[in-house]
Amino acid sequence: MKPIIEFKDFSFKYRSQVEPTLRDINLAIYPGEKVLIIGPSGSGKSTLANCLNGLVPFSYPGDITGTLEIDGVNPKKLGIFGMSKKVGTVLQDTDGQFIGLTVAEDIAFVLENDQVPQDKMFDKVGEIAELVDVATLLHHAPTALSGGQKQRVSMAGVMIDDVDILLFDEPLANLDPATGKRAIDLIDRIQKQKNTTIVIIEHRLEDALYRDIDRVVVVGDGRIVADTTPDKLLAGSLLKEQGIREPLYITALKYAGCEVTPESHPQHISSMNLQPYVDKVQRWYREKTFQKVENRQEAILEVKHLSFGYEDGDPVLKNIHFTVQKGEMISIVGKNGAGKTTLSNLICGFAKPNEGSISFHGEDIADWSIKERGEKIGLVMQNPNQMISKPMIFEEVALGLAVRGVSEDEINERVNATLKICGLYPFRNWPVSALSFGQKKRVTIASILVMNPEVLILDEPTAGQDYRHYTEIMEFLKEINRDYGITIVMITHDMHLMLEYTDRTIVIADGEMLAIDEPARILTNKQITDKAYLKRTSLYDLAIACEIPDATAFAAYFIDYERAMGGEG
Amino acid sequence: MNGRILTYEEKDTWIHRLSGVSKLIFFMAWSITSMMTYDTRVLVVMLILSLVIFKVSRTEWRQISAVFKLITVFMLINLIAIFLFSPNQGTKIYGTETVLYHLFGNYAITTEQLFYEFNIMIKYFTIVPAVLMFLATTNPSEFAASLNRVGVSYNVGYALAIALRYVPDVQDDFHQIKNAQEARGIEMSRKASLMDRIKNVAAIIFPLIFSSMERIDVVSSAMELRGFGKNKKRTWYSGKALQRNDYLVIIGATVFMIVGLVITYYDGNRFYNPFL
Repeated sequence: MKPIIEFKDFSFKYRSQVEPTLRDINLAIYPGEKVLIIGPSGSGKSTLANCLNGLVPFSYPGDITGTLEIDGVNPKKLGIFGMSKKVGTVLQDTDGQFIGLTVAEDIAFVLENDQVPQDKMFDKVGEIAELVDVATLLHHAPTALSGGQKQRVSMAGVMIDDVDILLFDEPLANLDPATGKRAIDLIDRIQKQKNTTIVIIEHRLEDALYRDIDRVVVVGDGRIVADTTPDKLLAGSLLKEQGIREPLYITALKYAGCEVTPESHPQHISSMNLQPYVDKVQRWYREKTFQKVENRQEAILEVKHLSFGYEDGDPVLKNIHFTVQKGEMISIVGKNGAGKTTLSNLICGFAKPNEGSISFHGEDIADWSIKERGEKIGLVMQNPNQMISKPMIFEEVALGLAVRGVSEDEINERVNATLKICGLYPFRNWPVSALSFGQKKRVTIASILVMNPEVLILDEPTAGQDYRHYTEIMEFLKEINRDYGITIVMITHDMHLMLEYTDRTIVIADGEMLAIDEPARILTNKQITDKAYLKRTSLYDLAIACEIPDATAFAAYFIDYERAMGGEG
Repeated sequence: MNGRILTYEEKDTWIHRLSGVSKLIFFMAWSITSMMTYDTRVLVVMLILSLVIFKVSRTEWRQISAVFKLITVFMLINLIAIFLFSPNQGTKIYGTETVLYHLFGNYAITTEQLFYEFNIMIKYFTIVPAVLMFLATTNPSEFAASLNRVGVSYNVGYALAIALRYVPDVQDDFHQIKNAQEARGIEMSRKASLMDRIKNVAAIIFPLIFSSMERIDVVSSAMELRGFGKNKKRTWYSGKALQRNDYLVIIGATVFMIVGLVITYYDGNRFYNPFL
């Protein structure tokens, strides 16, 4: 069979850069295949994707050597529009991808540009909406949908063109775990139904492997470092070397001293042959020693019977009630749109609760202004670009102090100290625009930290970060928590984050608080994970398969073990 | 969500069902008439009609109150400025002088001046509801489709539509950013002096521009990837053919404009003179 995508000795250098971003790529993908491309940020995997959909070289010009053929044709000959007929791209940021005012219009966008008559468009949109299960949403505004629905709409928008290749750029980045699972499931179904070639770019390997993948291509430093089956990849040590997170059950097996072999089919925990490993895992578990969990007893933030709604009779939050202890790291989880961000808005005073109260060190803060709250409780928003308002790093961090009339000497001293804590001191005179996304995030954290808040609330601190940057940010937060006693509240749907870095988790679903407990206990409880659109951790399945009755203790031990390893794993 | 202003809201009134083109033509005829005429009779009729249309379109006060207040403030400033710079404009126009109250020097309040400024005020009040109603009742995509149909390039039409469509998103961004900056101590509420508030707006505008640029970048990639600009023409999912009501509105608006202007210019100038 002839490959549908074929790179031969392909290299690419962006016009603005000195070094090529992709080097000596040799890759063939065959019709109907489902290929996963993984690699850390900056490895060149996004550039590789852009070569496939024609953004390189048409929107991002540069120098190409070697050849690339899509369906036997050089993309250069087809032009970006010709390419859009062959390759449909679902971008990572689905929000930004919406063009139409309603779902139906957005799906029809390609047809409109192809001058398809209106009545034909109606038929076709209806048909494709049925396929991806958004038929009831046709007249809604795309931005008003949930994360999963948005993604299905953007899939419909590219699939309507009957493309041969579907390209997904980090499809899981903005989804809660259960919705991510559904997305992978849908991609799988489409591939089976239409026999479309699927290319998925992702760094959340465990979630991406939820359904069978034919091949995994690992990209590192602009080169293809592996092109293999998932089973072989998981058995080797390449993932660790490339800074990609292994599935948790694989890591657990490796901790237990097992030699994972491709023959045991480690791609899915459910179908994996665990026979050879059971003994070792059980022995590892029996050796367990638990680290003492400090019992904290000083409440810093109390949320009491809080209810809130924008309109009467349509509550966003109902009777939320919990206490955050001083010095703890706590996470707030729940599906997209469950009310997590609303909760942080209420704590920061951006909105007023309809019922209930919030206290800080036992004092009711209902009368505190946003500014007063901001001095004690700092909020770091998800998108750093929404916070940064000064061109230079130093000025940005100094802003909060400057507007409070702090003396210049004190500003210099405090800002420099904060920049050192955040590892930004060497860059203090740089323009913000020269920084990477992760570094910008640090700048926003620094600009809040400089005001010495006692509580730090972070909205999705690691969204869109690869494993290395994720670890960097989280270790940094752990450090300021440990060394400076700052209480950290994180809103997230990253289950690794809650499992590894937080002591307790608040679970919110449909505006109600389902539980507040240790993450290991929550992620092994099917009832809660189902209701809150979380995913039960694969450690649970591993424990059950190895006949360890207390799966929660197993998961907890795994985390302790990993923490003791000092984040090496 | 909440606090959005000046955006299209879907409702089922005959005004919403009209094609964007007919509304645009109506709006243009209406504005031309209002700008040309100083004839109080015509203006009063237009004022009453615009209130009626406003009511019929079921536009809610909260959708437009902020903009309306802002325009009212500017109008007041304008009226005062007119008085300061040419207090005798009314006398010049109407040819008589009826002093109500003498202030000082050249400045006297005359009935003519008051009447003249009253005319300017209702001119505002006839145009403003029409603009607001147009924005609140016209579906941006359908509007783009209509513009395209009357011969405007679809690039221009789509640029307009997408700008309108992003108004609510940018407003949401604005609220988020404002909140976050306020938490950092950049006071935007009444507690800060006006000067400080103006200075502080920069702290919001800057990130707002950056996040908007990001948005533009992504959406233009997305449009390109999906074949926008490929052909000289395109079709429209939400295009509407002109219907009987549309023709009635277009004819009505044109006739209204002609009649209004004829009445205005009948006696040789743009002003209606009750003082003769």
